[in-house]
Amino acid sequence: MFHIVVCGGIVPDPLQTLEPVKGPAGWGLKNELMLPSVLDPWASHALYEAAHLAKTVAGSKVWLVSLGPKAKLQQLMMTVAQKAPFELVVADGPASGFTDSFEVAEALHAVIAGIAGLDASKLLVFGGWQSASRGSGSTLQILGEKLGIADHFQGVDKLTVGADGSLEIMERVEGGAYQISTCSGAPAVLGWATGELPEPPNNPQVGMANMRLVMPALQKAKPAAVKADAIDYQSVTLPAQKRETRVVKDTPVDVIAQEIVDWLKN
Amino acid sequence: MDERQVMETDIVCVGFGPAMGGFLTTLARGIVNEDGSPVMESDLMPGMPPQVICYERADDIGVGVSGVVSKARAIRETLPDLDPACLPMCAPITEEKVVYLLDPHGASRRPLPMKAADAAFKLLGGRFPGCTYKDFSWELPYIPPFLNKHGGLTFSIGQFNQWVGNNVMATGAAQIWPSSPGAAPIIEHRKVVGVRLADQGVDKAGKPDAAYMPGMDVRAKLTVVGDGPVGPVGRAIDDARGLPIGHHQRDYAVGMKVVVDLPGHCPLRPGTVIHTIGYPEPEIFGFLYVLPDRKASLGIFVPSWFDNPVRTAYRYLQHWMQHPYLWKYLKGGTLTSFGAKTLQECGQNGEPYLVGDGYARIGEGSGTTNVLTGSGVDEAWASGVMLGEAVVQLLEQGLPFTNENLEKTYVARRRASWLEAEAKQARRSREAFASGFIPGVVGMAISGLTKGALCWPADSEPVHKRIPSIEEYYRGRVSCEEIARIRKDCTAKGLALHDALMDRVGWPAIEYDGKLLISHQDALLIGGKVQAAPGYADHVTFEDHDTCRACREKTCIEACSGQAITTNPDDGVPLFDREKCLHCGACLWNCSKPSKTDPERTNVRFAAGAGGLHSAEN
Repeated sequence: MFHIVVCGGIVPDPLQTLEPVKGPAGWGLKNELMLPSVLDPWASHALYEAAHLAKTVAGSKVWLVSLGPKAKLQQLMMTVAQKAPFELVVADGPASGFTDSFEVAEALHAVIAGIAGLDASKLLVFGGWQSASRGSGSTLQILGEKLGIADHFQGVDKLTVGADGSLEIMERVEGGAYQISTCSGAPAVLGWATGELPEPPNNPQVGMANMRLVMPALQKAKPAAVKADAIDYQSVTLPAQKRETRVVKDTPVDVIAQEIVDWLKN
Repeated sequence: MDERQVMETDIVCVGFGPAMGGFLTTLARGIVNEDGSPVMESDLMPGMPPQVICYERADDIGVGVSGVVSKARAIRETLPDLDPACLPMCAPITEEKVVYLLDPHGASRRPLPMKAADAAFKLLGGRFPGCTYKDFSWELPYIPPFLNKHGGLTFSIGQFNQWVGNNVMATGAAQIWPSSPGAAPIIEHRKVVGVRLADQGVDKAGKPDAAYMPGMDVRAKLTVVGDGPVGPVGRAIDDARGLPIGHHQRDYAVGMKVVVDLPGHCPLRPGTVIHTIGYPEPEIFGFLYVLPDRKASLGIFVPSWFDNPVRTAYRYLQHWMQHPYLWKYLKGGTLTSFGAKTLQECGQNGEPYLVGDGYARIGEGSGTTNVLTGSGVDEAWASGVMLGEAVVQLLEQGLPFTNENLEKTYVARRRASWLEAEAKQARRSREAFASGFIPGVVGMAISGLTKGALCWPADSEPVHKRIPSIEEYYRGRVSCEEIARIRKDCTAKGLALHDALMDRVGWPAIEYDGKLLISHQDALLIGGKVQAAPGYADHVTFEDHDTCRACREKTCIEACSGQAITTNPDDGVPLFDREKCLHCGACLWNCSKPSKTDPERTNVRFAAGAGGLHSAEN
C-alpha cells in the first residue's frame, strides 16, 4: 500500500488572457483574483495517476496538497473533487506564479509534515514535473530533499508497481527518448509529465464523498509563510505573439499554403 | 461504470445564475447559523443541515454570461453591505443616455416613416429643441422613467456569480458543482423527484464510448429549476405539463456582446450607460456599459421579431460598433471577451407553471424578464429570494414540497411582489413589435407611460412562422436568380449566406484591425475561449433531417453565435461542431421550420451540454 501525496497548485484557466503587473507586493497578474482557476495541468496528470494507483494497490490513500488562496481553491475544488477520490490539505498562500520554488517547497514541507497518519515509509510524493505558471522544475526536488527522500524521478510518463512493491518508472530524457529506472519501493518523488491516463469523467458521487473533507480542510487551512520578496525579477513579459490579419479574396488554397510554408522556412 | 448511480439529497438545483444566487443566499441564512451549525436538520443526514446541491452546466460558475445594467433593488435588499468597489468590474451608474442611430451607409432596411424622420434629423441638425444631432445620431432629450436605471449598478454577471457562489459555499449550506449539465427532470407519477445528469463517455450521437458513465440520478424532495430560457430541464417540464392557458414562449432575442479595453482617448466615465436604437437595423437594440479600469461591456440584441432569415448577430455587431457615434469612443480599443445568450422576451406571457409537486421554477425560465424596463437580473434574483423564503418556511413547518404548499408560499409571495406588479405593466408592452418597429416603439411608450393600462395590441406567432424566405426579405433589392447563385456558391464552399448578401445590399466590408474588428473565429479564440470537454453527446441536433434538406433559409446557420452550425456542402442537414458552441441557444428558436411533434417548437433540438465560454469578464 502507498500513501500518495500529490502536490498541485492552481493556475489561471489557460484560456484567459494574462498580463503581468508589478504591484506593491512585487510581480503578479492583472486582476488575478478575477480569473477562473484550474488545477495546474501538470499536477492534474499526477493526481489522475495517483488515483489510478490507489485504486489498483489496496489500502492506498491519496492526499492533494495545494498551496493557493483559500477562496480560489474552494471554487476550484468543485470541479477537481469530482475527478478522483482524495483528501484535501490546504496551505493558504499566493499562487501567482511569481513565488520562489524554495519558498513553495518549504511551505509544502510544513503542510505535509503535519498530515496525521502519514507513513513516511509508504510515501510517494507526486506532482507536476513542470508547472503552467512556474516552470523551474525544482519545487518537487527541493521538497523531496526536505522530506529526506533520495529517489527522485522527473518527467515521468509511466509507473509500474511490482508484486514486491518495487517501482519501475519510465522518464522522459533528452532527444525524445525514455529512461526506464527501477527502485525498491517507497519513499520516492515522482514529477509527472503527462502520464498515460485520460482526464476522468466528472463523478458526482466521488465529488460528494470528497466534499465531506474539503470544506473542513479549507476552514482549517493555515496561512503559508511564502515571502513575496524572496526572489527579484529583473523583468517579466509574456511570450511574444505576432498576429497579422490580412484579408485576401479569390486566393487559391495552395497559394495560401505555400505562403505559410515559406513563412515557416524563413 | 455502466450502472446508473443514484444519489439522494434534500434539495437539488439546476443552473447557477442570478436567480439561483438569490435562492441559495436566502436559503443558506435560513438553514445554517453564522457559526455553521444547522438551524434545522436534514431528513437524510441527521445532525446536518438540509443537503442542498446545485448543478451548473458551464465549466465554472461565472464563465459564460454577460455585462448588465440593473437597478439592483432586490440584490441590495439581500446584500445591504454590497460595496461596488469590492466587486470586480462593478460601477454605480453615473450617466444614462438613449441614442437614436441613423444609418450612415444606406444599407439598413428602414420603413418609410423612419427614412422621413432620418431626413428631417439631417436637415434640421441640432435645431430640434433639447436634442444633439451629430455623428449620425440623435441623443434623446429624456429617458422615460420605465427605462432609466438611475441609482443602479452596471457590472459583470460572471464576476458577480463567482462572488455570490463563493459566499454561499463558504456558509457550508450548499454545494455548487460546475461542469455538470442537468439533462432532464425525473418525473414519476406527475411529480418531479429529481434530476438526471448528462451521460459522459459517449460519442457525438450519445452512444456509449470509452469511459462510459451514465448520468447520475439525483433524487430530492425539491427540485429547483433555474436553468434559464433554453435550459433542458425547464423545457422538459414545459413539454410534460404544457404552458398555462393563454401563455406562449414565442418572443426571444439573442444578446451578443464584447468586453473591450477602451482606448486611452475615450472620455466615457465608469458607470456611463448608453442604449441605442435604430441601427444597424431598426429592430436591433444596442448597449454600452462603462465599467471600472477602462473596460466596457457592449453589444446588441437581435430579436425574434426581426424578420430577416439571415440574421447574423456577429456582423451586425461589427457594423454597430463602427457607427460614428460609438466608433469615436471605441476606435483603438481591444476586444478581451466575447459571448452571446438567449433572452426569453415573453416576460409574464411566457410564464410557465411556477410550481408543481416536487419542483419550483425561478429566474428567466420562469418568466421574470421585464421587457418594458429591459431588465432581468434583479428580477431573477428577486424570484430566487422569494423561493428561498418559501422553502425555509416550509422546512420550518415540516411541510412537504407539494404543488399546493409551494403555491401558498412561493407563488403567493411572487404574486404580491413588485416583480409581479411590474411584470403586469410590461405584459403587453412589446406586443406591437409583431406589427413592425414603429408600432413596437409606440406601443412600448404607451404601455410604459400608462403603466400597462394601455397597449398597442397585436397577435404573436411562433418565430418559425414569422421568418420569411430569403427571396421575400430581399425582394426589390436582390433578384431571385442572384440569390440562387449566391446560395449555390456559398453551399459549395460550405459558407453561410449572410456575408455575401449583406455585401450585396450595401453593407461595407469589415476592415479587420486584429484588435477589435476581428473575424468571428478569432472572436471565439481570443474573446470567447470556447471549449468543449470530450465524452459528451452533441447537444444540438436536428429532429427531422428531411425538413433540413428541404429548408431554403437555414436560419440556424445564419444566426449561430459561434459558427458552430455550418453549411454542409454534401447534404442539406447542417453540420454541428460542439467545440465552437457558445450554448447561447439561438438555433433553438431561430429555426424557420416547425417541429413535426409540436407546432410551437422548431426542428432544432437543444439538449444539455458541457463546455462553452471561458471568460472572467462576461
